[in-house]
Amino acid sequence: MNESFRGFLHTLSGSLRDLTPIIIVVGFFQTMILQQPVEDLSEIAVGLFLVVLGLTFFIYGLEMGLFPIGEEMAEALAKKGSLPWLMAFSFLLGFGTTIAEPALILVAGEAAEVAAAGGMIGDGDAEKQAYADGLRYTIAFSVGLAILVGVVRILKGWPIQYLIIAGYLGVVVMTLFAPDEIIGLAYDTGGVTTGPVTVPLVTALGVGLASSIRGRNPMTDGFGLIAFASLTPMIFVMGYGMIV
Amino acid sequence: MELLALFQQSLLSTLGDMIPIVTIIFGFQLLAIRRPVHNLKQVVIGFFYALLGLSLFLMGLEQAIFPLGEQMARQLSDPDFISGGISGVAEQLQWQDYKWVYLFAAAIGFSTTIAEPSLLAVATKAEDVSGGVVSAGGLRIAVAIGVSVGITLGAWRIVVGIPLYYFIVSGYIVVMVQTYFAPKFITALAYDSGGVTTSIVTVPLVAALGLGLASSVPGRNPLMDGFGLIAFASLFPIIAVLGYVQLSGWMAQRDANRDG
Repeated sequence: MNESFRGFLHTLSGSLRDLTPIIIVVGFFQTMILQQPVEDLSEIAVGLFLVVLGLTFFIYGLEMGLFPIGEEMAEALAKKGSLPWLMAFSFLLGFGTTIAEPALILVAGEAAEVAAAGGMIGDGDAEKQAYADGLRYTIAFSVGLAILVGVVRILKGWPIQYLIIAGYLGVVVMTLFAPDEIIGLAYDTGGVTTGPVTVPLVTALGVGLASSIRGRNPMTDGFGLIAFASLTPMIFVMGYGMIV
Repeated sequence: MELLALFQQSLLSTLGDMIPIVTIIFGFQLLAIRRPVHNLKQVVIGFFYALLGLSLFLMGLEQAIFPLGEQMARQLSDPDFISGGISGVAEQLQWQDYKWVYLFAAAIGFSTTIAEPSLLAVATKAEDVSGGVVSAGGLRIAVAIGVSVGITLGAWRIVVGIPLYYFIVSGYIVVMVQTYFAPKFITALAYDSGGVTTSIVTVPLVAALGLGLASSVPGRNPLMDGFGLIAFASLFPIIAVLGYVQLSGWMAQRDANRDG
């Protein structure tokens, strides 16, 4: 059997295993608890097949393209030794990947509804759109900043917990002052900003940097960029809620 | 062809997601690094596979999992279902009556996390980098248990109506105390695992559960109380991963002491 085909089959069986829990949960609740027949069973079967196939291709592409390019760029930028280029790259990677994130576009739209219902902004469509766009740029900026700070941390070798604790304090202090309507939403934005394309690239950037700088350990220093990227949006969104 | 139209839509949205990233990467290659990409052909094929894979994945989710999951979240949080078919008693329901909601929250939190591609990517990398000390499977299960506990607690919070920040601030304190005692090699990875768990599979289903609950529990406002589940799902995995490493460390030490 062809070597790459065998690899494909191996990934495929992995994807199938990863999706089994969801199928069991949905099936159990549907038949045992809600006791309702599942309509369009064939459509669901086709959908599940696509999910398995899609996950397989994604993992394949990850190992072939996303991880290698992320690490190669981190190494090349570290070797070049130009701090401004590295910082510009980090910021843009965070900003650029976040601004286009579909989950964020969705959440920003919902946030505008909340703000309009809470009387913070007018009820007009234009006003809501402006609010949602402002929020999106604020979050993208905060993610760019987070990756930038995270990369500087890797270069300097600062222990991660001090920065995280400072971030937590920032969240707590902002919670005291931010309007109540925005708090739940602000906490949620921390989780939605990092999608399946951003995460592998940012992880590869961190690990690549930590492996090419002497004295840094890829395990203790390479991870942590995502953590910053999920913390700063909370602080900035509450700030946005206070200003607007 | 309805399927084809769906695929096209899904492909376009994934492409829109990828264009800024591809632009930044190739822009920097040209301007800053000025060196040809090693194995360019392989990287391009890899991006193409990732794009194709994500598009198929999203399309399949939208066709098979999301409609069912969202419908189930609504049905399970419906007061008529919770009171066992007797309508008009929504005001008298106690938090214990929502038991199926909690079970659903726990089960859906665990199972969507296991299927989350972002987590798979980070777990693979972590196993690689740690030389196998951190196993990808173990990490994913620890994270999934964290999400499961987090979402269950978050659902209970919506039912009883305690303010969100009480939980989040207490969670932060637990994380800080754990960080002080946990081995240093795991800290950064544990913090990261909080952010990667809530992505394309988990967010839509969990958001549907939150909105469904907040709109059916008397006295809750979906616009204000419906949010917050994602925050739980990003905090508890940190505690779970730190706890998992601490626990396995203690057990190894106890065994060593016994043998010695």
